Amino acid sequence: MSSADWKNYKPVLIPEIKDLHKIDVYEKNGGYEALKQVLTDKKKFDGPKSVIDEVKAANIRGRGGAGFNAGLKWSFMPPADGGPRYLACNGDESEPGTFKDRKIFEYNPHIFIEGALIAAYAMQITSIYVYIRGEYIDYVKMMEKAVQDAYDKGYIGKDILGSGFNVEFHVTYGAGAYICGEETSMLESIEGKRGYPRVKPPFPAQKGLWGRPTTINNIETLSCVPLVIKNGASWFSEIGAKNHPGPILYGISGHVNRPGVYELPSGVPVHDLINEVAGGMRNGKKLKAIIPGGSSTPVLRADQLEGVSMDSDSLREAGSMLGTAGLVVMDEDTDMVDVLWRIAHFYHHESCGQCTPCRDGTGWLEKILLKIKNGDGEVKDLDLLLDITTQMEGRTICALADAAAWPVRHTITRFRDEFEARCKKSVHAMA
Amino acid sequence: MAYEFTKEDLEQIEKIKAKFPEVKPATLPVLWVAQNRFGHVEPEVQRLVAETLGLPEAHVHGVATFYTQYYKEKMGKYVLDVCTCLSCQLCGGYDILHHIEDKLGIKAGETTEDGMFSVQQVECLGACGYAPMLQVTNGKYVNHLTKEKVDNLIKALKEGKEPDYEQMEMPLRKV
Repeated sequence: MSSADWKNYKPVLIPEIKDLHKIDVYEKNGGYEALKQVLTDKKKFDGPKSVIDEVKAANIRGRGGAGFNAGLKWSFMPPADGGPRYLACNGDESEPGTFKDRKIFEYNPHIFIEGALIAAYAMQITSIYVYIRGEYIDYVKMMEKAVQDAYDKGYIGKDILGSGFNVEFHVTYGAGAYICGEETSMLESIEGKRGYPRVKPPFPAQKGLWGRPTTINNIETLSCVPLVIKNGASWFSEIGAKNHPGPILYGISGHVNRPGVYELPSGVPVHDLINEVAGGMRNGKKLKAIIPGGSSTPVLRADQLEGVSMDSDSLREAGSMLGTAGLVVMDEDTDMVDVLWRIAHFYHHESCGQCTPCRDGTGWLEKILLKIKNGDGEVKDLDLLLDITTQMEGRTICALADAAAWPVRHTITRFRDEFEARCKKSVHAMA
Repeated sequence: MAYEFTKEDLEQIEKIKAKFPEVKPATLPVLWVAQNRFGHVEPEVQRLVAETLGLPEAHVHGVATFYTQYYKEKMGKYVLDVCTCLSCQLCGGYDILHHIEDKLGIKAGETTEDGMFSVQQVECLGACGYAPMLQVTNGKYVNHLTKEKVDNLIKALKEGKEPDYEQMEMPLRKV
């Protein structure tokens, strides 16, 4: 299935099956077959390592935004030593523009549970925690029900399907903090603390939850795993873009006629997503810019989008990133100063405050942008903003500072005229 | 006023503790139990949580103040969390916020005198495709807001009718 052929794509993560969230329906449609194969079909899978190899070969790139090969991440876990080992599933989903994992919780929770169980077997994990953002309380309840159903059917617990494999599965949730989507911050939050990201190394595979080996994967990433096991790594890697294969849940929001989440192959052209999938621009307006994968990914002007598709290579060449594939569409009436100020406000509000460059930097970005927005800006403020971004990036424990700096740098650089015009209207305008 | 957990709360707390290898991880979920019981987690409630779990009060206070969904003071009966972040901003989230402020005669961060409503401006709630939207008291999402829909919501809440769960379909799905 090529990216260009997206019109003939049939959803596999969230297929068109009524009541698929119910465990009986999921089973009738081949659900938990992949888990059975992994645990009991010794001809197909000869132990945990063979599962890791298959997933690695499929090249499932992390759907939480970082895009790291999931199987490769699994292989970083140290050998089992008889002590507890953890899988922490990241359902915090808080990056502005991102609203996809909730679709899995709602429509196909068991594919995620099955994927997590296969991951647990592959890494000899003893306990799985799924961490969902606190605002998603309705989805928390749906997951609790799904996990209980899987316990009742014997897919979770002791001696699963007679294989001798044991694992626990717990649903936990947050209470409002974007930073808890950062993997080590999430571990702190699961441990019942303020969500302060941890210094790395040690990496979670060495010291994660309660100091024990831990792997963290996104919900959509784990949901791809049963598909890979059932259909094979090459089936998966032939879907969509070559270097970023597989199905993707695109979240499209902003000034389009049909915003929403769409499951399609990776690598769909941006223009197709906007004009065909999402029904075109609202009110017949012209496209001004997009943010391709959540608020931290650099904005692209409409004239930068010719031939660009939603895969990591194409977006990198264009000057941005795939991130979470949460595409925010902006029309010609959008005020980029207002948008950037609001993004800066978000990161300032969500900075955990551990590192000075981030705690103070995000504050200054917001303050200066508010000054410009209010018509009191000076042209030199733009260079001051750019200077602040260079003092934030790469100087902090986690990537929140970078996520706050990139949109400022790229929005100002790519819409410099608009920012200068706003400053020049001010009575303080210099030059 | 002295706060106390009910017998059911304490049973629930024991179940929560059983999920984790130590007590500290129960902090967030037990703060939720407390907030669901008392409507907020004022310092007195934080103390109760700390005593119940045998954890330092400073730890519980630290956690309660880190996360925005815990109400550190008494709030209105209904808290309207209006998202104004990126996609909601683009789709008129501020118009919705200001309409609510005008209608209730309060500003974001305030509570009406009769104690019925608090309004807050919040960060992204993960409903970007259904903007503008708001969340009612850490519970139901109300999506695709218009001024009329907001008016109807406020009217219904005044009558004690809380919104139902709104299923947001994936547009290409045929089921």
